Amino acid sequence: MKSTRTGWGLLTPTLIILGITGILPFIYVIYVGFFDWNVFAAQKGLHFTWANNYRRLVFDPDFLGALWRTLLFTFWTVTSELILGFALAQSLTREFPGKGFFRTVHALPLMVAPIAVGATWRLLTIPGLGLLPTYLNWWFGIDYRIGNFANQAFLTVILMDIWHWTPFVTLTLLAGLTTIPKEPLEQALVDGANRWQVFRYLTIPMMMPVILTTVFIRIMDALRIVDEVWMLTGGGPGDATRFIGLHIWRVVFPKTDYGYGSATSLLTLYFTLVLCWLLFIAIGQNSKQGNSS
Amino acid sequence: MASKPFHKILGWAGTYITWIVATILVLFPIYWMFVISARSRVELFGSTSIIQTTFFAENYTKPLSNPVFQRYMLNSLIVATSNAILVAVLALLATYALSRWRLKGSDSIFFWTITNRMAPPAAFLLPIFLMFTRVFRIGDFSLFDTRTGLILLYCVFNLPFAIWLMKGIMDGIPVELDEAAFVDGASTWDVLLKIITPLAAPGLAITAILSWVFAWNEYLFAATLTSVEARTITTGLAEFVTVTGTNWGEMAAVAVLSLIPALIFLSLVQKYIVMGLTFGAVKE
Repeated sequence: MKSTRTGWGLLTPTLIILGITGILPFIYVIYVGFFDWNVFAAQKGLHFTWANNYRRLVFDPDFLGALWRTLLFTFWTVTSELILGFALAQSLTREFPGKGFFRTVHALPLMVAPIAVGATWRLLTIPGLGLLPTYLNWWFGIDYRIGNFANQAFLTVILMDIWHWTPFVTLTLLAGLTTIPKEPLEQALVDGANRWQVFRYLTIPMMMPVILTTVFIRIMDALRIVDEVWMLTGGGPGDATRFIGLHIWRVVFPKTDYGYGSATSLLTLYFTLVLCWLLFIAIGQNSKQGNSS
Repeated sequence: MASKPFHKILGWAGTYITWIVATILVLFPIYWMFVISARSRVELFGSTSIIQTTFFAENYTKPLSNPVFQRYMLNSLIVATSNAILVAVLALLATYALSRWRLKGSDSIFFWTITNRMAPPAAFLLPIFLMFTRVFRIGDFSLFDTRTGLILLYCVFNLPFAIWLMKGIMDGIPVELDEAAFVDGASTWDVLLKIITPLAAPGLAITAILSWVFAWNEYLFAATLTSVEARTITTGLAEFVTVTGTNWGEMAAVAVLSLIPALIFLSLVQKYIVMGLTFGAVKE
């Protein structure tokens, strides 16, 4: 009645499509990464160069800079979003009139296309047209031009990401907060623990699986940011907001140095996956601890 | 005891202030986009007012009547819809197999799909570009700049999340139902179509809608793998920003237009957005 052939048959179309779009490019990028291949070079075609591309890569300041910038960006955005999102989610656990409205409106940025998020923020920040430069200058005397000042550009990109993704953190943490049992928290309060202690020693540990899952997904997405930044700053000024995705797309790609580009892609992929798997293991261990205790 | 209500009121006030500020911060950039989209070129740089009373409709009518923009819109619609249907069907078949059969290595397949989602798209950009332009090439035909190419490609992002989401739903459908049907002599196909599909329909709808929105919103690959024929609305939006000067009003209008379908669809599945974005790991 239930032959494995049928099972595999049902799975085959998915495996074929994911194979073509997922595995084949992966193998191909490993292959090309070992070659010298530039369509506009004097010598045409692929030339095997051992690991030369990788040797160039580990000393490439542009690549390393982009990687470091991406990590910094990820750290600041995910940390801020987690703190903000937790505070907002906590305040949503109470009942108050209008809660549904606030919640719905809060989710709005999640529905906006990343490229449109970039466009929206661009419209806020263009000198002469956007509000931020004008009003920051009027009220605080700040000379705000993200086209000129690297720090301001970096900060604005972080703020944009916080605007875009805090709702996600709020909603996932809220979903977690509503499922944790209330009795232990109330019991602890009756027993004389203060609110901070309850939060620190009961809420946080019980929320850990949800927090880790949320952080995991946020880190994954923050590492891959391209569209929003491209639309807002174009990676500039200079290379101030040129994150790794933008680096590959706008710097490595147009050079048509395919071998070197493949090596860059592969190393980026490698770093991201290692980071993700470390987090994945952390989540696994946390849930094991939770089960045994 | 009199201090308790007072305490409560203070807590409420704090919550309200927090949420009113948060709501304004969330809404303002979107509101500003609407304002810009309603301003003519002259008004744009002349006014710093945050209130807009006039509406400059040309920002909307000009792109809407432009055949190039119409093609972008149509491409986006076709690509997103085909991809959503494809992903929903494939995920239905795959999760049915993963949920009901003990297949050797099916766990690894399940986890492998999530690896596809973890990978930064930019890392796949170059190999996929090369494959589309050089490897999958039959005579003059290549996948480059075709809608088919985009439809297939978006599966790499949408299928993993769809499989994770549908797996939970599929596991929730009792096996006894299929077994009873098998005893009555039904084929696998019958069971899948007549028992599983109706029960999984709400989940399938959510999966399809979220896939649709992801495909509609995608930019990076659409910009790299198309040149003229298969360009989508998001690439059109980015094309407004040019070196020679941007028509910000029209760009804002196009951004608003691109927002509307996603907004409608997502408001339908608002409750399930969290589930979708966390691959079913967090349920509401």
